Amino acid sequence: MNEVTKIDGIGSSVRRTEDKKFLTGKGRYTDDINRPGQVQAYFLRSDVAHAEIKSIDTKAAQSAPGVVGVFTGSDIAADKVGGPICGWVVPCRDGSSTKEPPHPLLAQGKVRFVGDAVAVVVAETMEQAKSAAELIDVDYNELTPVVDFVSADKGAQIHEEVPNNCYFDWELGDESATNKAIESAAKVVKLSVRNNRLVPNAMEPRSALAEYDSLDESYTLHTTSQNPHLTRLVLAAFMFAIPESKLRVIAPDVGGGFGSKIYVYIEEAVCVWASKKIGRPVKWTADRTQAFLTDCHGRDHVNDVQLALDENNKIIGLRVDTVCNLGAYLSAFSVVVPTILHGTLLSGQYDIPTIYTNVKGMATNTVNVDAYRGAGRPEATYLLERTMETAAKEVGMDPAEFRRINFIPKDAFPYQTQVALQYDIGDYEPHLDKAMEMIDYSNFEKRRAEAAKRGMYRGIGMSSYIEACGLAPSAVVGALGGRVGQWESASVRVNPTGTISVFTGSHSHGQGHATTFAQIVADKLGIPMENVEVIHGDTDKTPFGMGSYGSRSLASGGSAISKAVDKIINKSKKIAAHLLEASEDDIDFKDGKFVVGGTDKEKAFGEIALAAYVPHNYPLETLEPGLEENAFYDPTNFVFPSGTHIAEVEIDPATGVVEVVDWAACDDFGNLVNPMIVEGQVHGGIAQGIGQALLEDAHYDENGQLLTASYMDYCMPRADDLPSFKVGYTNTPCTHNDLGVKGCGEAGAIASPPALINAVIDALSPLGVTDMSMPATPQKVWKAIQESQSVAAE
Amino acid sequence: MYSTKYIKPNSTSEALEAIKSMGEGKFLAGGMTLIPTLKQRLASPDGLVDISGCDLDSISDEGDAIKIGAMTKHASVAESGLVNKAIPALAKLADGIGDRQVRNRGTLGGSVANNDPSACYPSAVLALKAIVHTNTRSIEADEFFTGMFETALEENEIIEAISFSKPTRANYVKFPNPASRYAMVGVFVAQFNDGVRVAVTGAGEGGVFRHAEMEAALSSNYNADALSALEISSEGLISDLHASPEYRANLIKEMTKRAVA
Ligand SMILES: Cc1cc2nc3c(=O)[nH]c(=O)nc-3n(C[C@H](O)[C@H](O)[C@H](O)COP(=O)(O)OP(=O)(O)OC[C@H]3O[C@@H](n4cnc5c(N)ncnc54)[C@H](O)[C@@H]3O)c2cc1C
Repeated sequence: MNEVTKIDGIGSSVRRTEDKKFLTGKGRYTDDINRPGQVQAYFLRSDVAHAEIKSIDTKAAQSAPGVVGVFTGSDIAADKVGGPICGWVVPCRDGSSTKEPPHPLLAQGKVRFVGDAVAVVVAETMEQAKSAAELIDVDYNELTPVVDFVSADKGAQIHEEVPNNCYFDWELGDESATNKAIESAAKVVKLSVRNNRLVPNAMEPRSALAEYDSLDESYTLHTTSQNPHLTRLVLAAFMFAIPESKLRVIAPDVGGGFGSKIYVYIEEAVCVWASKKIGRPVKWTADRTQAFLTDCHGRDHVNDVQLALDENNKIIGLRVDTVCNLGAYLSAFSVVVPTILHGTLLSGQYDIPTIYTNVKGMATNTVNVDAYRGAGRPEATYLLERTMETAAKEVGMDPAEFRRINFIPKDAFPYQTQVALQYDIGDYEPHLDKAMEMIDYSNFEKRRAEAAKRGMYRGIGMSSYIEACGLAPSAVVGALGGRVGQWESASVRVNPTGTISVFTGSHSHGQGHATTFAQIVADKLGIPMENVEVIHGDTDKTPFGMGSYGSRSLASGGSAISKAVDKIINKSKKIAAHLLEASEDDIDFKDGKFVVGGTDKEKAFGEIALAAYVPHNYPLETLEPGLEENAFYDPTNFVFPSGTHIAEVEIDPATGVVEVVDWAACDDFGNLVNPMIVEGQVHGGIAQGIGQALLEDAHYDENGQLLTASYMDYCMPRADDLPSFKVGYTNTPCTHNDLGVKGCGEAGAIASPPALINAVIDALSPLGVTDMSMPATPQKVWKAIQESQSVAAE
Repeated sequence: MYSTKYIKPNSTSEALEAIKSMGEGKFLAGGMTLIPTLKQRLASPDGLVDISGCDLDSISDEGDAIKIGAMTKHASVAESGLVNKAIPALAKLADGIGDRQVRNRGTLGGSVANNDPSACYPSAVLALKAIVHTNTRSIEADEFFTGMFETALEENEIIEAISFSKPTRANYVKFPNPASRYAMVGVFVAQFNDGVRVAVTGAGEGGVFRHAEMEAALSSNYNADALSALEISSEGLISDLHASPEYRANLIKEMTKRAVA
């Protein structure tokens, strides 16, 4: 008999079981998969931002070597194939709804951004497809491009359906109460901030491989997706009008998404369509330039903030007016990100009696903007935490104390905010205290003085963030304009030998589900983790699932697994009761054994599994054989992680270089299943946040050309840009899921940018600098120092 | 990438013959610049002549100078005992180029022939009074760089080696472009018995250049203080997303100060 090995259950920092294949180059990504007879698709893309297409001549391309097909928008229109849809819309202030212009798979009469697909060439090889594409002659009538989103309402109209280039003008909260609070305030702190535009830069570029089987008239699509079932639903129901059963979507290993792989893009749809048209499997893989040009970008807001304080520096109201850039077409979640996922977070960790926000979503001749790690919450946190720090400085309070007096007190939970959310639980002072201790906050001024002796400006800045993950419940999501449910599914199959196959609707593209989810099952069933296999990413294998985004996998997907395992345990108890000739009520389940209470009569979990599949001695008259359970879990609320991050920087005034010298992150993620994985998520999130705050900026010129379309100009964070992070936790377990877990995937990216910019401003505050926009590049910081010195000299 | 011919000859003379037989051929060294250009279809040469088999990768001590073969990889220069002893600043420069992968493919000849305005090596060539030896002649550094991506090289002329004069002291300090980590400003300062040479890369619209005022100042006093009073003009400096001419002018002075500190 096998010796029972150590159980790596909940709370244990087990090494990630999936890493062996990734680290040894054996991951199997979409582009690694090849099918017999496969051909390659290449998209001819617009090199102008805004133009009418007068004509497209594909004749020469059609007869180029290796070409099997050249298609344009008219071929798509002739087959009546629909385009990508918007998955969530919001009402406008004037009572109308979000304007939803069509997004054709290939341009129909007009191109709307540099990178918009005009034609597709399918050829035997990628090089042949590219060569043929060069022979396509497109005659454009160029129109004035709209690039600046703040003034987009005055620009040339991009879509017939979108007057003033405004997709929506949405509001939330009580405007008159908020305005009254501002009018009556002892002090109003005003701030305008910009949330810079980012390119997601997943390590694996997008890819699709579509195959049509004429025998049973069905398609198989391998694609880089964070949610294969949603991809199938959108493609089958909205684009091709085919039964979902005729489309299998497989998202194999996926190398990062950060939101950019949630949506159905035109490329995979065109591959599906062309695979039938041509009768051969069609593959497309983006190169890095295409990734820069066509993956949905993130952020891109400007926010005007007014924070009203009473004479005791207590917040009495908050107004935020936001304009955001949604790009050329409405992507799936582009509308919900700056509205529901942004406006509802504006209360932060604070007790704010009245809040009002207005958000205008603008169309521009730039690629679509949608969710990117944090999705709306980093934008909300940035404006709020920048304002909190500014307010503290303006009223002459320590920023920590100013936050402390405004925190929602711990006995006020569940706390109803003025922006729709109800926080189930939280306790904010402990993570503030702990983060301050971790970074030795009280001795900061000594460090500042020591740095000054070296000619360096040292600064400290903090950010106390709230985050809402695991969008839920579905009914509320629906009431808020969501067009999908927000539950998650799991199927737990106990095999006859007692090993477990877990089928999850979540999707892992770097998160470590194979490890974390196995730990949950191992812990609950008292079996070794290596006996648990986690299967995801294939619509033919897993139950319908919503996929992974918004830090929902553990809270929603993990909870679904937990519920399915509970059903397994319940059924197992019945089997055990039969085998042990006891009453079901007397059976206890502990450490993988079913024991008759108060006796030494017991059955191991493996024996129960075997009995279920070899039911020779089994209560068949009352119980079905087999041991496999499904669960669909619709959470009753979001989960609300929170925390405090504190950044410490040193600035070299001669060059403007900002060095991040220390970082303390203290987060409340509820219970931790695998602390090592959580820490990795925190590190990655902070790295992306530091990237946003100091390095990254997607920049279009006035003609709508993306100037930062490669790593020569788009600056990604590198290891030597980052300090060694100090990571700590507090814990208020989530009250409404069985595991008591929240989400940790986005927190770092949400918390970190304001902490860092606050630290930069603090460092420069002796010079009178009070503002700094992201990214705080060396040139920008140097210039701020120069300007402050020339002001001082005057 | 357009399809093209590939030839790998065993000597410079074979390489020259091969390239002459092509309409528009290109020498292929480390390929770190050329291959990405081809992959993006920005060039379509009739053929590639890979010169990695032509015995051009030796490093030798020539008394007053260190001679380095054109095909010597950045990593080899960085690790060379000879270079580290005679001109440690040159080894330091090579060690700061790109990343490990680039340093183990990219070559001295490729970098100098390409004369990217942000490349590091051209500043060393200029500051260290180098001589560029080609298959037909020897070109002095001051004559070699003729503008952004432009050199004195004739069509199908091949760099075989470069001799760098040994300075009494020298240093290279680079302010990397945050994104590409090429030089946004790189300053190579070299002191010789007859004076100091200061070459600036990454900053000039015409590519690498010598800075006469700083050379004069440092020739009389090899010290950061000697630069304090100098006003560095921003005229002719590159303006791009990452740095204005004014910021570059500031960095030129600052990097030079650090180079002599
Ligand atoms: C990611 C990355 C980062 C980099 N960072 C830096 C940096 O920080 N600093 C820096 O200085 N450089 C940097 N480089 C450039 C790199 O170091 C190489 O020096 C450069 O790419 C050219 O060298 P190569 O050997 O690869 O030449 P190739 O790409 O093979 O050739 C370049 C050009 O020179 C010609 N050529 C090559 N050899 C000869 C010869 N012997 N005679 C005549 N013509 C010749 C070729 O025909 C071609 O036109 C970087 C490159 C990359 C890809």
